[in-house]
Amino acid sequence: MMRADLALIYDWVAEGAHVLDLACGDGVLLDTLAQHKKVTGYGLEIDPDGITACVARGVSVIEHNLDDGLGCFQDNSYDLVIMTQALQALRRPDKMLDEMLRVANEGIITFPNFAYWRHRIHLGLRGYMPVSKSLPHAWYDTPNIHLSTFNDFEHLCQEKGLVIVDRAVGVGNQRGHWSSRLWPNLFGEIAIFRVRRR
Amino acid sequence: MPDSDTLAYADRPAGSVGLVTPHIAKFDTPLALACGKVLPEYELIYETYGTLNAERSNAVLICHALSGHHHAAGYHSEEDRKPGWWDAHIGPGKPIDTNRFFVIALNNLGGCHGSTGPVSHNPATGRQWGPEFPLVTVSDWVNSQARLADYLGIERFAAAVGGSLGGMQVLQWAITYPERVANAAIIAATPRLSAQNIAFNEVARQAIRSDPEFFDGWYAEHDTVPKRGLKLARMVGHITYLSEDAMGSKFGRDLRSDDLNFGFDVEFQVESYLRYQGDAFSTAFDANTYLLMTKALDYFDPAAAFEGDLAQALAPAQCPFLVISFTTDWRFPPSRSRELVDALTQAGKPVSYANIASPHGHDAFLLPEPRYEALFSAFMTRIARDLELDPDHATQGVA
Repeated sequence: MMRADLALIYDWVAEGAHVLDLACGDGVLLDTLAQHKKVTGYGLEIDPDGITACVARGVSVIEHNLDDGLGCFQDNSYDLVIMTQALQALRRPDKMLDEMLRVANEGIITFPNFAYWRHRIHLGLRGYMPVSKSLPHAWYDTPNIHLSTFNDFEHLCQEKGLVIVDRAVGVGNQRGHWSSRLWPNLFGEIAIFRVRRR
Repeated sequence: MPDSDTLAYADRPAGSVGLVTPHIAKFDTPLALACGKVLPEYELIYETYGTLNAERSNAVLICHALSGHHHAAGYHSEEDRKPGWWDAHIGPGKPIDTNRFFVIALNNLGGCHGSTGPVSHNPATGRQWGPEFPLVTVSDWVNSQARLADYLGIERFAAAVGGSLGGMQVLQWAITYPERVANAAIIAATPRLSAQNIAFNEVARQAIRSDPEFFDGWYAEHDTVPKRGLKLARMVGHITYLSEDAMGSKFGRDLRSDDLNFGFDVEFQVESYLRYQGDAFSTAFDANTYLLMTKALDYFDPAAAFEGDLAQALAPAQCPFLVISFTTDWRFPPSRSRELVDALTQAGKPVSYANIASPHGHDAFLLPEPRYEALFSAFMTRIARDLELDPDHATQGVA
């Protein structure tokens, strides 16, 4: 079974699209998209086990550190760039967003929503850095160096003049409850955005 | 480097193809070469491991590097102290699993291990070919390998695989015969040599050609070999195969004796090692072949015909690629593999790329390394799955 955010993204990807999947992990999304939607493209990954898993599936994967940017990919060379659960671990998430929308006209981004109510309880009431299913690390060993919220990301998109085509939330392993759709910044554990250049 | 004593036939680890015998294929259809000359007839020496299946769909071609040859795996006799040069990766249960695949390894044209080359007899002159053997290119090799595939009844390789100069042949295969290679693995290679690479090759060539025993390449007729030149060439080459760290950890500044002796004899262990490697090579390898192979390296540049646009040169390729580099390889560093990968993605070709952490420099492609083996195995297993190669089927008839 695919992660909830991946299942949602699956529905958003057009048949036959040429896709770049940043931090593609074991390649399950690209594999599924290739088999059922004739999607082509490449995954970028830095984890050796993830890369081997992709190769075993027959998913095209390129060892690449996202902090090095996407300079090796030409403008508008893809239909879509996907980045799941990696934005918060990048040195400059804002620059990556620029890069994604240079390489393709559309981007799909998922990240843990720091303003999720459980996170707020951790920090606001108990006074500890939040630890949850979507943020499983301790403050000292977390790879997540740029945490943000639904509101933060929307604000960044506004600043950059990007169009938010779709927005969704994931909670645990399911799609969000009605409450999280109504108040995503409070009840959405995982933020899912689909953005385009204006 | 692995201790060769532990790899002697008697002590061979599990996963060896065992004793193997080379074969010779004779060709009398003339082969037109890139240099404009024509080889009227020639022979290729090759070995095979595993069994060709009834569909003839499980053949894997191994392309060798600068000083490589057809003996890629197993042993020629029970007295052999070392197995073939890529034994770490070819055999039952190894990445190129001979339970599944029928593996073909050959010595390239111009080689000195049994295929037609400078040490062969030239029927036109009645002399040895010597320095008159034509300068063959990577494309010429690939064309001759295609003839060998015809001879063995192989329409399409399940994979073509090679490291270093071998990887360049695999790349050329994918461009020249796209319908004949189902998959390509290009390891520790480059789509073209850098000025620095060519410079090192030129030092090696000058070392050979300036040896008084070289006699313009006719040394055999003078009953001699340019040993000093070959030795120097190998010493220079060898430095480029190892990383600074590998050399440092292997030799450091260790001395052979306790004190400096203020002379020019061997003092440091690294000097001793290089001289030993050079000496061993100078009696085992042909100087004209070495010159020719370095030229084939220098000339290789599939993008040249497309104004340097490698992506355009790769347009005909149809197969999925696996490109592997090693972090400490400074002969063909990761950036050169990445150049190839970027051109492949630009051309929209399926490609996977991994940069394996290894302390062993360029030589890493020859050595076992857990991540390298896991990745290589995953690639070959996926090929076997796609081609529906039944592991039990291929082993039938093999003891």
